[in-house]
This record gives sequence, structure tokens and C-alpha cells, in this order.
Amino acid sequence: MPQSPTIRTSLGFVLVAAVCLVFADLAITSINPWLEMGRLLRGVVTPDFSSPGQIGTALLRTVAFAFVGVGLGAAAGFVLSLLFRFRIVRMVCAFVRAIHELFWALIFLQFFGLHPLTGVLAIAIPYAGIFGKVYSEILDEADPTPARILPRRVGVLSRFLFARIPDAWPHLRSYTSYRLECGLRSSAILGFVGMPTLGFYLESAFGEGHYDHVGALLLVFYILIAALRLWVRSRLVPLYMLAAPFFLGTGLPIAWGQAVRFFTEDIVPNPIRQGEGLVALWQWFADLMVNQALPGIGATIVLTQIALVATGALSLLAFPLISRHFTGRITGTLGHTLLVIARTTPEYLLAYILLQLWGPSMLPAVVALAVHNAGIIGHLIGRRSNEISLRPGAAQGRLERYGYEVLPRVYGPFLAFLFYRWEIIMRETAILGILGITTLGFYVDSAINELRFDRAMVLIVITALLNIGVDTLARRLRARLRLRHSPTCES
Amino acid sequence: MLKHALTAALVAALLAPAAASAETLVFTAIPDQDETKLRERFGKVADYLEGELDVDVRYVPVKSYAAAVTAFRNNQVQLAWFGGLSGVRARQAVPGSEALAQGVEDAEFSTYFIAHKSTGLTRSEDFPQGIKGKTFTFGSKGSTSGRLMPEYHIRRVFDAAPQDALERVGFSGNHSRTIALVESGTYEVGAVNYSVWDSAVANGKVDTGEVSVIWETPTYADYQWTIRGDVNQRFGDDFKDKVREALLAMEDPELLQSFPREGFIPTSNSSYDNIRETAKKLDLID
Repeated sequence: MPQSPTIRTSLGFVLVAAVCLVFADLAITSINPWLEMGRLLRGVVTPDFSSPGQIGTALLRTVAFAFVGVGLGAAAGFVLSLLFRFRIVRMVCAFVRAIHELFWALIFLQFFGLHPLTGVLAIAIPYAGIFGKVYSEILDEADPTPARILPRRVGVLSRFLFARIPDAWPHLRSYTSYRLECGLRSSAILGFVGMPTLGFYLESAFGEGHYDHVGALLLVFYILIAALRLWVRSRLVPLYMLAAPFFLGTGLPIAWGQAVRFFTEDIVPNPIRQGEGLVALWQWFADLMVNQALPGIGATIVLTQIALVATGALSLLAFPLISRHFTGRITGTLGHTLLVIARTTPEYLLAYILLQLWGPSMLPAVVALAVHNAGIIGHLIGRRSNEISLRPGAAQGRLERYGYEVLPRVYGPFLAFLFYRWEIIMRETAILGILGITTLGFYVDSAINELRFDRAMVLIVITALLNIGVDTLARRLRARLRLRHSPTCES
Repeated sequence: MLKHALTAALVAALLAPAAASAETLVFTAIPDQDETKLRERFGKVADYLEGELDVDVRYVPVKSYAAAVTAFRNNQVQLAWFGGLSGVRARQAVPGSEALAQGVEDAEFSTYFIAHKSTGLTRSEDFPQGIKGKTFTFGSKGSTSGRLMPEYHIRRVFDAAPQDALERVGFSGNHSRTIALVESGTYEVGAVNYSVWDSAVANGKVDTGEVSVIWETPTYADYQWTIRGDVNQRFGDDFKDKVREALLAMEDPELLQSFPREGFIPTSNSSYDNIRETAKKLDLID
């Protein structure tokens, strides 16, 4: 039995994943998976830019929704972070961020309909929960000395503004700009449920097999994100914020009566609405649990655990691609590009594509989750490894260097990052159900299709609780293994 | 500065809808096939209705059957081209709404089961028992011809839920995609709207060497135009009748061909009672 608790924990996770493999369905069922794959790749490398107006609109809307959504989320999250010492605020934050943007969008679609507010709030609300938590962590870690040496009569606000904020500011800013990148991905994905962003056009182009349009849309999206530092300057941000709301498009007018009805009727369990009494309610709930929630939870956990270990393995393979200990200038740039593409491609989109190519099973989801998340973790670990200076006389062979020098020193941060992504992978796993994998999202999507919002809400709350549970577990593990804390890796 | 920007953002986000015109008839359609095709077809329908009704008419594309029903329920669209099941759901959600007209073909609509050549299945008069143990794709979860009716027949014959009777069950999203997925072999068998299949074949969009029809279901009532009950208050007396007349009078061959329908005939809510009963049996509506 290995001595190190880190190793033991890692092996434990591999073991759990191995058990999950028994229950998982990972077959490629497509008769000719590579034929369509070839067509897709050909389309992607020969992008069709013949409708620049459409691509431009798609990008503009994607950016606008991201700015307004993340901006509102950041503002609300900042306020929440100041109140974060209250248990209720912490609980609210944990709850709202445990629900995926797409689920929020599906909920808001019911009463705001195809109005920009649906997309804006779908981003702003979960992001507010994340910002609230991370901002409060950043503020807590700010150096307390300046505040302590201020004269006592200095007011709370001035104390906060002049002693707390300046030290935390660079971290707040860098985290917020990182979230903006995530916001662009979220915004793009909202198109899949009908918002006028990139996903809207991607879904159509993909569904009709216009892979050259898919290629064009993806290419501009990669460039947009890769060039983020060039076009998002701190001085320009207020300007973007002011302009963004005017580029959301008009959508359709809101019927406010629907919002009220949603809460007073739609989400009230059917037996209560029909006045059938508590026995019927229990029967309704039991049916929902047995036929949908439990199978959904099972599939969600199985897929999450496999995807988590796959992500870990792929990250450990991927980080040398951008590590100076393993690459030269050219190979490093190539590796960097590869990782940017991996993390810029939203897992939802990747899973959608792979499902069409390989047929229905969990495999497309595992691969999509692993590629996207390994892109992120590989990037973070690679950067971390660049801070290491090797001992004089360190092994020259790359394999030895990897195994004996670099890996042991980045393994702690690696596990920390991976545990951070655990909850995110689970949240994403649930949402992939919308694509037809029978995780919780599948049943949520079915319930919404059947206009049974009472069932959908119960399932969404269960999904949220599951995420909160995994988040708590991950936090305990990090504490027990004394893994160092680094909020900017969270997404 | 940031605060001002955010305030402005919020205000603008809230005010934006006010810009949309109040007296525009907005309609949608279930996204049952390729979006380009739908935009083309319903763009023409919008022009036609605008000419007949003397109000602005706008078509809004949506991404799912559920979104079409929701938009109708939220009065964001007042008129919609629904399938049998989505129409039943919409009319149940909006009391007073009415099925106005259906295509000539919709009174006796049907579903084709299609199979990839590797299955070795061939066309038969009887339900193809050979699909047992094959991978199978429906269309959208909310589709009549792509889900409700094929699921009904699968349950009837195998006396089991599709996911138990068949190897793997998926939902392609729409009929065009069902055809593409069975043609490419991603699924071995699929259920598709006969009309979408026939026009795809007529337009040379399908390689019938790879995928072919193996069974046709008995007929049932499908697509129809449904209108909200409160349109007269908003657009003037007998607006509903005017819309019905306009739909029934649609004669432009090119326009009809785009559906494709021979023409439109009157219908009523009760024409879809069978669909509602079937959906109840499958526990797809309450």
C-alpha cells in the first residue's frame, strides 16, 4: 500500500472510475464513424466565409451577451462577496452556481421567452454565485496590514476602498477577465437553446451538414478568444459595457403574466394543482424519483467519475506541450495553440459533434469533457511547471525528467485543479443529457418538452444538490490533502 | 464609471423590448427539418399573409418543439404551424386557441420506418419485427410523426418501452437529421415524417442505396395551423376568420410546394382527439 495520501487518493479515484466503466456504455455504434468525421474535418479546414454578415451578427451577439451577463454577474457577485460571512448568502451562492447556464436559460425561456433577458440572466445568475464566492476569497486573502495601520476614525467604506481593494485589485481584475472568457463560451452555447448567439448558427450549420460554415464560425470564435488580451483593454471595458446592451437584439416582447403563472401554477406539482391530496403527491414524487431521478443520478455519477479520471490522465499528458522543460520555441507555440483550441471548444459543442459522428453512448461525452478540461488544467499545470528550475545535474532524458523532476513537483497543484473541476465536470455532465445521454439533463429536457415544469424543477434542484455535494466533498479532500488553494483556476 | 455602465446596461436590457411593434402578427413553426428550408418557406408565408391581412407579419424561427409551444403560450407568437402533438399541447396550454387549417395530406399523415442497408431489413406490409435489438432514432422528443406514433407502434407490438425493446434509442432533433443519421449508419433504424422523406428523395438529397423505407404506419392526423383565442381583441373583429380564409386560399403552387402540401383544408380541435389520447397513453401529456 503506497504511503502518500495523495497517491492513495489518486488510486482511489482510478479505482472508482474503473468500477464505473463496468456500468458505462462506451461503444462506438456508428457503422462508419470516420466517413462523417472526414467530411467535418474537410469542412473545418476549408471554411466558408461567404456570409460575413451572419458571422458578424453571431459574434456581435455572443460578445454582447457575454459582456452584459458577466458584467451584471460581477456587480451582483461583488455585493454578495461583501455579505459572504452570512451563511444564507453562502448557501444562495452555492445553489445558484450549482445550476448550469443552460438550465437557467431553459427556465427563463418559459417566462421571458426568446427575449434577451433570458440569455443575460442565464449567464448573470450563476456567475454572480461564482463571483460572490471567489471575490470573497480574494478579499479575505488580501494583506490586512494596511487596514490595521489606518487611524481608528477612518470609516468602514474608506477603509475598504483604500486599504482592502488596492491589494486585491489585480486578483479581482485577472479573475474577472478570466470569467469573461468563460462568459463568451457560455454565451455561444446559449445559441443552442435559441438565443441569437454563435451556437444558434453553429447548430443550424451542423445540423444541415454545412461543415464549411461550421469551420468559419469556429475559426472566428477561436480567434476572438485567443485575441482576448488584444481587444479587451481595461480602458475599453466601460465602453464595451455601455455599448453591449444595445447589441443584444430585440427578441420578442415579454408577457409578464407568464412569470407569475410560472411560479404560482407551472412549477406546482401536478397532484397539488389537481387537488388530489398528499398520497397522490407522494406517488407522483416516488414515480419521478424511481423512473427519472435515480437513473439520471446514476448515469451522471458514472459519467462524471470516468470523465474526471480521463481529464486527469489527459492533463498529465498535455501539460508538457507548453512546458519549457519539454518543448522548444516552435513546439511550444504549437502546443499552446492546441491547448487553446481544446479549452476554447465548449464541451457541449464537442459532445454534440462527436455524438453525431460516433453514435449514441457515453464515449462522446467522456472525450468532450476530457479534452476541454484537460486543455484548461494542462495549461495551468504547464504554466506552473515553467516556474520550476531544475536541479543542477537533473536527468537529461525527457521521460526521466518528466517522471522524476517535474511531475512530483506539479502533482499537488494538479490534484487541486482537478478537484476544482470535479464539480464543474459534474455540472456539465448533467447538461450533456440534453444531447441525449441519459444523465439528469436528459430527463430535465424531456420534462420541459412535455411542458411539465413541476417535474423539471424537481430534477433541476436534485442536480444542484448533487453538485453541491460533490463540491463539498472536493473541498474536504483538498483540505485533507493540504492542497494549495488557487481561486483563479475555477470556472 | 463601472456602476454607471452597469445601470445603463440593465436599463437598456429592460427597455429594449418596448421597441418591438405592438401590432405585428408573429408566427412560428416547429423546427421539424432543416432551418434554411423553414426560413425560406415561412418567409414566403409571412409575405403572403401580410398581403392578405393588412398587418405586419413576422416569422420567428425557434430551436425546439417546446420553444414553439412556449412562445405560443406566452403570446410571443399568435399563430403557429404545429405538429399533431405540439398542437394538442399548445391548445391545452392556451384555452380558447383553435386549430384553423391543416394540409390536405395532414388528415391522413403517416410515419416511415427507415433502415440502413447493413440491417438487411426490407419493406414489408406488417410491422418490422426485425428492428428488435437494433439502434433506433426518433426525431424530436416532441414530434408526432417522429416520436409519438412510432413509439406507440413499438410499444404496441413489443409490449415494452422503446429503450427496452431496442438496442439504443436516440432523438435526432428533426426529420432531416434522422435521415442523415440513418444514412450515415450512426443509427440502424429511424422513424421519419413520410412527407419530409418523400421530398428529400425527390430532391436527390438521400442515397436510397444506403437507407430505405421498411414500413409505413397506419395514418393519423398531423400538422395544422393553430391560432390564439385572443387575436380578435388585438387585431380587430373577425381577424381569426380572416387568417383562416387566407390560409385556406393559399394557392400559389410554389408556396404550397415548399411545405409540401396540395392545399389547406379546414380543421378543428376535435380532429386531434386521437393524438391526445395516444399521448396520454404514452404519458407524454397529463
